Amino acid sequence: MLNRIVTGAHYGLRDWLIQRITAVIMVIYTLVITGYLLLQPAIDYNAWTLLFSSNVVRTFTLLFLLCTFYHAWIGIRDIVMDYVKPAAVRLLLHVLVIITLLLYVIWSVQILWGM
Amino acid sequence: MQSFLRVVMMNKKRPKHLALHKIKLPLPGFVSILHRVSGLFLFLSLPLLLWMLYSSLRSIQTYTRLLDILHYPLSKLVMVALLWAFLHHFCAGIRYLALDLHMGSSLAQARSSSRWVIGVSLLLTVLLGGWLC
Repeated sequence: MLNRIVTGAHYGLRDWLIQRITAVIMVIYTLVITGYLLLQPAIDYNAWTLLFSSNVVRTFTLLFLLCTFYHAWIGIRDIVMDYVKPAAVRLLLHVLVIITLLLYVIWSVQILWGM
Repeated sequence: MQSFLRVVMMNKKRPKHLALHKIKLPLPGFVSILHRVSGLFLFLSLPLLLWMLYSSLRSIQTYTRLLDILHYPLSKLVMVALLWAFLHHFCAGIRYLALDLHMGSSLAQARSSSRWVIGVSLLLTVLLGGWLC
């Protein structure tokens, strides 16, 4: 049934699942944060930084960002696999995207805990 | 759509006709390609979004400067485009999660939910964009 030449070896299901789990986490975070912000009478610098001074908010924001980066990796990898045919270019793009996303992870920690 | 493509790809004797301007995409296919385009757009905007989070939190000076920059008409245009990309990706993503759970997978339901995804994401873009601007 499975055409291995097209699908590769058994990473498909795991990534398919991770794509959906990260999506659900991002949906929940988005709804909670948006709901909270819409309920605030006014958002200024003090209210904004007070929100992000909480360790719970920082932790779940980092979780949200990590989910975003992993989700983005799977999506971008699929796009590259679909449209970029030469193996060398494909590999180069994959490596660049992975390194970029890893740098975003480090940057995210610095933003949230270095404010 | 994907299973359809797989069938086409596996049956090698079928003639290829990929004149993109002649293919009339059905609405669910249109939502699918927009999901991809909006996802790519959001990925490319990640450094901008992270920089905005950084500026908003770093200090009152960077926060004020960020708000000043966001007041430019061009910034607002970019923000509304990003808002739409996020909302479309969000709504279409929820539709795909439902389809994965075999909810609304009949042709009529899939067509109507595609219409809803396009409509709701546009409406929310206008509402939230108007509220933010």
